[in-house]
Amino acid sequence: MKGRHPALVWVGAGLVGIALLALPFALAQAGTAWVRITNFAILYVLLALGLNIVVGFAGLLDLGYIAFYALGAYVYALLASPHFGLHLPFWLILPIGALVACLFGVLLGAPTLKLRGDYLAIVTLGFGEIIRIFLNNLSQPVNITNGPQGVSRIDPFRFGGFDFGKSETLFGLAFSGPVKYYYFLLAMMMAVIFVTVRLQDSRIGRAWEAVREDETAARAMGINTTNIKLLAFAMGASFGGLAGGMFAAIQGFISPESFVLVESIMVVSMVVLGGMGNVWGVILGAVLLSFAPEVLRYTVEPVQKSIFGKSLIEPEVIRMLLFGLAMVLIMRFRPAGLLPSAVRKRELAERKG
Amino acid sequence: MSLLLEASGVSRRFGGVQALTGVSFSISRGEIYGLIGPNGAGKTTLFNLLTGIYLPDEGSFGFDGHPLSRLKPHQVAEAGIARTFQNIRLFANLSALENVMIGRHVRTRAGVLGAVLRDSATRREEAAIERRALELLEYVGIAARANEAAGGLPYGDQRRLEIARALATDPKLLALDEPAAGMNASETLALRKLLERIRADGTTILLIEHDMKLVMGVCDRVLVLDYGERIAEGPPGEVQKDPRVIEAYLGVPAAA
Repeated sequence: MKGRHPALVWVGAGLVGIALLALPFALAQAGTAWVRITNFAILYVLLALGLNIVVGFAGLLDLGYIAFYALGAYVYALLASPHFGLHLPFWLILPIGALVACLFGVLLGAPTLKLRGDYLAIVTLGFGEIIRIFLNNLSQPVNITNGPQGVSRIDPFRFGGFDFGKSETLFGLAFSGPVKYYYFLLAMMMAVIFVTVRLQDSRIGRAWEAVREDETAARAMGINTTNIKLLAFAMGASFGGLAGGMFAAIQGFISPESFVLVESIMVVSMVVLGGMGNVWGVILGAVLLSFAPEVLRYTVEPVQKSIFGKSLIEPEVIRMLLFGLAMVLIMRFRPAGLLPSAVRKRELAERKG
Repeated sequence: MSLLLEASGVSRRFGGVQALTGVSFSISRGEIYGLIGPNGAGKTTLFNLLTGIYLPDEGSFGFDGHPLSRLKPHQVAEAGIARTFQNIRLFANLSALENVMIGRHVRTRAGVLGAVLRDSATRREEAAIERRALELLEYVGIAARANEAAGGLPYGDQRRLEIARALATDPKLLALDEPAAGMNASETLALRKLLERIRADGTTILLIEHDMKLVMGVCDRVLVLDYGERIAEGPPGEVQKDPRVIEAYLGVPAAA
């Protein structure tokens, strides 16, 4: 299919681009809350794309991925808030956060290189919890993270006089804070998609596939599996760190509670539901799973009220119910995900037969 | 003819089993060197020691004038030894072409930056990788199946694909672990022609094989292992007549 209708593809990409550019204004009609929700959805897309490098490309199951998000967020929060009285510019801290996360990615990767499958999953799960518990307890004896209270009044992005936290009118259009962040996130997402797609179709991407398929054979073909796995951890972690920094700025407040195990599982679910290894599937998975709870929040209560006259089941309960059901259905009917990668499709078809 | 590979006194024990005991041999450039012996004689162990999957307890390998014994598998491949596996280990879900392209990894450079920026050097390299991979598929005779999943190919083609993938690393020594296993007579004949062509094109071959007709027909010299020890070495005609070899394969004659 690749390149069969290049003109059509460009027209399609153009239409999607216009839709994405116009989206925040359409959403703003329904309320600024929806723009914020979209921003968080994009953050999840970034996380899912990062994790996809580790899980989807290199085949290393990481259940503690949210730790890198936490690291990025805390680096941003500590360097741009009244907590330490530091207010470094965002364009400096975001890369620092990504770098710190990358470093921890390698630190996690190095001792776990010999582990595969379930065992790797257990260690990474532990790593995720260790980071969260550290953040929770690093308020004594020296107060670094402010413990469970978290860090508040985090600086928004500022570029000269341009403040992402304030509303502004440009060209007769009202740009609220969330709308500004939306465009920034959109640009970041495009960059990350670009990097991921190009990596997949390269010498490095093929080496990851080789490692996932058969590590012994990959080694015998001259692939330094140690380095290539560490590279996957490092790349995935830096995307997580980058997303974390933006999360801190948008939210203005972070605490260890934002980085619990369920969040890691959520990101893994996005990757699995969408289609491990397929960039577009992973994006779809992230968008679906991050919007679904919000849509339910706005529909479940009114629907129940209109049918029963009162709210019987809380939206949160329904959310987990539907989420569980969706996962079971996916595993049963589309085990390779909604938009599976060609390779995964083959792999799972083979196992079935 | 100069020496390409030299093994001296290689031993390896697994728990209570002495898999190899002081095995020495040498392979000259341009040879097809056979390695035979009954099941469990230590042939595959020798392969795994040579390619860095296990470390020898004693002894060492010299390859192309350098010691080899403490190298990791990927460094062995870089040094110029490529192998195939007894129980085919292709990247089964990838296409035949991708399998061979992965073989080019060790001879190419592009890193993350090149992959993302796709500068002209990287684009040239990618094009060269694909061109060479297609050439090699053509060379082993399965170019028509370039885009099929490796795991779905007929058995004989999978063996050929493994050889193409190994050749993609530009080896000086191609080590084949039972390439004819499971092949019928005509496939084996085609394999023999392929091996002779590879040798003629300048690659030395180390061949483990159970198909005696193939071994005796194609090898210049043969090393016979039994219970981890070297019991004979020489041209196939001589080795065939060696009483110790006959004994190893057929047992001790009852009334001798």
